[in-house]
Amino acid sequence: MRMPRLFERETVLAPLMLVPVALYMLLLVGFPFLMAFVYSFSNVTVGNPEFHMTGFGNFSAVLRDPVFLKSLLNTCIFTFTSIGLVLVLSNMLTELLMREFRFKWLIRFLIMLPWTAPIALGTIGYLWFLDSVFSPLDWLLRSWGLLGKPQALLGPMSNLYWLGRPGLAMASVIVVHIWRLLPLATMIRIAGMNSIPREVIEAAQVDGAGYYRRLFHIVLPLLLPVISVTVLFSTLFTFTDMTVVWVLTKGGPPDNSTQVLASLAFLKGIQGGDLAQGAAVSLFFFPVLAGLAAVVLRLAKKAVVT
Amino acid sequence: MANVQLAGIKKHFEGVKAVDGIDLEIADGEFLVLLGPSGSGKTTLMRLVAGLEKPTGGHIVIDGAVVNDLPPRDRGIAMVFQSYALYPHKTVFGNISFPLTVEGMPREDIKKKVAWAAGLLGIGHLLDRMPAHVSGGERQRVAIARALVRRPKVLLMDEPLSNLDAKVRHTAREELKLFQREINVTTIYVTHDQAEAMGLGDRIAVMHEGTIRQIGTPDSIYNDPANMFVAGFVGIPPMNFMEQDGMIVGFRPEALLPAEALPDKDCMRLRLLVERVEDLGSHRLVYGTIGKDKVIANHSLRLNLPEGEEHEFAVCSQEVRRFDPKTGVRVRP
Repeated sequence: MRMPRLFERETVLAPLMLVPVALYMLLLVGFPFLMAFVYSFSNVTVGNPEFHMTGFGNFSAVLRDPVFLKSLLNTCIFTFTSIGLVLVLSNMLTELLMREFRFKWLIRFLIMLPWTAPIALGTIGYLWFLDSVFSPLDWLLRSWGLLGKPQALLGPMSNLYWLGRPGLAMASVIVVHIWRLLPLATMIRIAGMNSIPREVIEAAQVDGAGYYRRLFHIVLPLLLPVISVTVLFSTLFTFTDMTVVWVLTKGGPPDNSTQVLASLAFLKGIQGGDLAQGAAVSLFFFPVLAGLAAVVLRLAKKAVVT
Repeated sequence: MANVQLAGIKKHFEGVKAVDGIDLEIADGEFLVLLGPSGSGKTTLMRLVAGLEKPTGGHIVIDGAVVNDLPPRDRGIAMVFQSYALYPHKTVFGNISFPLTVEGMPREDIKKKVAWAAGLLGIGHLLDRMPAHVSGGERQRVAIARALVRRPKVLLMDEPLSNLDAKVRHTAREELKLFQREINVTTIYVTHDQAEAMGLGDRIAVMHEGTIRQIGTPDSIYNDPANMFVAGFVGIPPMNFMEQDGMIVGFRPEALLPAEALPDKDCMRLRLLVERVEDLGSHRLVYGTIGKDKVIANHSLRLNLPEGEEHEFAVCSQEVRRFDPKTGVRVRP
């Protein structure tokens, strides 16, 4: 009879319930983060276990590296283009899915599907879609006469080489990443939409506001907390993610056309064995993302919630 | 200012006939109340006029023009919602000015108009506040000011007082009527509260199951009901019904008085078995049975009517309404 009593006391139960998550955070997030922090100021490599502290040497080396600067630019393009497009597309999808139509459940199911499929698996599917020789997209374009003939709109060659040309490769990576982010963003957006009283939207309608005025003056301001959280998570997620890039292009085609910071850190630190430089590249995220998190959290706090 | 005509208006939702063939004319400047129990179609009818729903059939005419295919913003209407539907992220000023901003009115004119509407409703001192920081009664005024600010042809109100507490509701009702008269706007007002309907309406349309069962002045609805539904729905407590000579006879509780109050007149005398007496201060409600019919009497005499005993009551013949037992329709002599 003593044990249950003990559990009823909040001072005992609360810490007890928090221990697993605290341990998890400490061991799997805190410890590696600390290690990366220490490594980034050292000369440690995979092959050589002894290490010396080298100060900001790694950071200045990284900053002088043109590949790093290019990756930084690519990461920004990749992140902000994807998120901008996800915002617009999730708005459109939400409008569609808020309406009543036949087979809505089926459309809803299909749209949510990418979210449930393992990312690597789905991306491998795209590898075939975008293949340099067997791409069904190229095949469609050829059969429509847009490709593969001397006067064709997209050029006389038989394939577009989606992943083989710098601009197209970046575009492909972005499209696949959007495909992957969109379901969750749409789900969150729909949930946010449902929290706005219908009468408020109708009042705006009666007050004479057209679709875009309702969107920008009523709906988006009311959804600001929800949207800023979505943007925060998507940005953190995209900034630190390398799955799509790694499966599709491994940072290529030359010269590093789709290399992002996460893939570069992996390339340098794990594949290249230079743990110190890899850690320095990874830690480059940290101040940027911490700042971003602070800004968005402040925005969310400011917005009035009904 | 405008008149409104509804001709054969129908609205069916997947087989449910929410509004089922309504013809109605509302005169310029008139205050029309749609009164009915929940599910009677009164709110749907108002939303049809607003353009928030598309009718399944029939025509809606505002100010001489058919508006069936016009969106709400092109109908010249304004609406006060039950929940007020204020924009929570805009100040009171931002809320009231929104319809004008949408029109693209110059800032100076907007300020003048908002000042006028806010002054009319006595909320001029609240313009900088957020809706979350004003009281329920003030929120309701903001909603009305927002509706009135661009001088709509028709003002629609969907139970605007139902979210107020009883005391505020009474004063709000009085004020509502006063400034409706002042700006003389054609008004359609939805409510299920008959006191509101009787107090506010120039005319009342009593709705039930998607149709209008009677339309007329508060006096005619109360004293000259067209059928048993209207007779039973309007009036608190409701009209008493008894079967007599193959007819249904009905009389109001306040017409059923102890015989002492109605000496030697042309009255029908009835023996009432008193079951319970409620003393409400200004008047007393007597619950009992006459024969096998349950009745309620409402009188203000200082009389001791012991529960469980019979007492002689009377109803004068001019107070009795007769109805057909099959159709419920009023049978006039």
